[in-house]
Amino acid sequence: MNPVEQAVLWLNDPLNWTNPGGALDRLGEHVSMSAVAVLLGCLVAWPLGLWLGHTGRGGGLVVLVSNLTLAVPTLALLTILPLTFLGFGRPAVVVALAVFAVPPLLANAYTGVRQVDPQIREAARGMGMTGGQVLRRVELPLAVPYLAAGFRTAAVQVVATAALATFVNGGGLGEIIRFGFGLSIAVGGGQILAGGLLVAALAVSVELIFAWVERMVTPRPLRRVRRRAARRAADAVTGT
Amino acid sequence: MSFRLSYRADPGNPWFSWQYVRDNSETVLAALRDHTTLTLRAVLIAALIAIPLAVVAYWFRPLTGPILALTGVLYTVPSLALFAFIAPYLGIGVATVLSVVVLYALLVIVRNAVAGLNQVPSEVREAAEGMGYGRWGRLLRVELPLALPGILTGLRLATVSTVALVTVGVVIGRGGLGQIIFAGFQNNFYKAQIMTGTLLCVLLALVLDLFLVGVGRLLTPWLRGRVG
Repeated sequence: MNPVEQAVLWLNDPLNWTNPGGALDRLGEHVSMSAVAVLLGCLVAWPLGLWLGHTGRGGGLVVLVSNLTLAVPTLALLTILPLTFLGFGRPAVVVALAVFAVPPLLANAYTGVRQVDPQIREAARGMGMTGGQVLRRVELPLAVPYLAAGFRTAAVQVVATAALATFVNGGGLGEIIRFGFGLSIAVGGGQILAGGLLVAALAVSVELIFAWVERMVTPRPLRRVRRRAARRAADAVTGT
Repeated sequence: MSFRLSYRADPGNPWFSWQYVRDNSETVLAALRDHTTLTLRAVLIAALIAIPLAVVAYWFRPLTGPILALTGVLYTVPSLALFAFIAPYLGIGVATVLSVVVLYALLVIVRNAVAGLNQVPSEVREAAEGMGYGRWGRLLRVELPLALPGILTGLRLATVSTVALVTVGVVIGRGGLGQIIFAGFQNNFYKAQIMTGTLLCVLLALVLDLFLVGVGRLLTPWLRGRVG
């Protein structure tokens, strides 16, 4: 029996889904873990990114943060954080995932505010708005498409990374894959492949859902231009 | 009354321990070597595939979208899932780790190479055409050298992220330094071991990055002295 047939067989077994620790449980863990991590990342990265963008300082910091997280292996962060005051368990894993959500959120929030036409900003100033008002009533709404793009990138990245939580017994869909590897390829090949399919399907659907959401929150006239803008924002993440 | 501190025979569980590194230098070095060769091979293979792909995307504009989309979709797939797809076929070994990290490095290099090639000013292209360069001559003598900074940026990013990604190879027992990190986690959370593996990863990424910066400087003498 080849691995694909085995995988189909595994996926077709209802017990593999509904058992305690089965696919449904794992899916719930995976999604809740990721959701909390992304929200945590937003809470940290958005205010900071918007503020840095508003004051126009910290461009170097944004690039530094994104480059640094690129070099630190996910696995290392997932193993190190449980050993700190966070303790062993779910909170540490969520914080580790949130760390990986920060760079795209931060870079896009920063870029989103920076790309606002300086003339608009000056006009707002001329109307007597204070710095805070300019940020809240002018820059923030105009940065929404960027914030959405960053949110999408972060969400997909976190969902993908959450698969690695299994190495520190953090649960999630990755567990299915790791248990499969524990069984050796010949026996667990089907389970490995099935787990891979589930994780990949989840990541791709998150990507598609948020791509749609991103489109919905972008004002219609901006939609066509934004494609290029999104790429520029993505480049900000990679530091090019 | 004595203020002498009692001697602690128990070494405790420090974050940094030179003792650990000295006692296990062979294991650590083997892991480091494994990690380095895996990274270098992966980036080399990825570059050999990605740069021709980028040239194809540059020459045939309608293909740019599909090529970038395909590599983009690959990037969406979680690394662990990719291991799961490939391992049942290539088995437990270097081939699986290599294929996974190559696939990830591809996107970064292709995207940057395409961007670099597209940045070549059209006047330059036309001038080269006017001087009688054919498609290949123009590519090799004019366009690729001018796109080199972009390509190198892609290579640098790919190298750094590959160093981090190789660690996921622990799932099939070939994770290089990831092996050390994970073993530290299993050995009753031995912090020094985890930290050594992590720091060596970051250090390796830094060294390889600086090496590529140096190569870039050598290959683009005309940019020297310019800021940025």
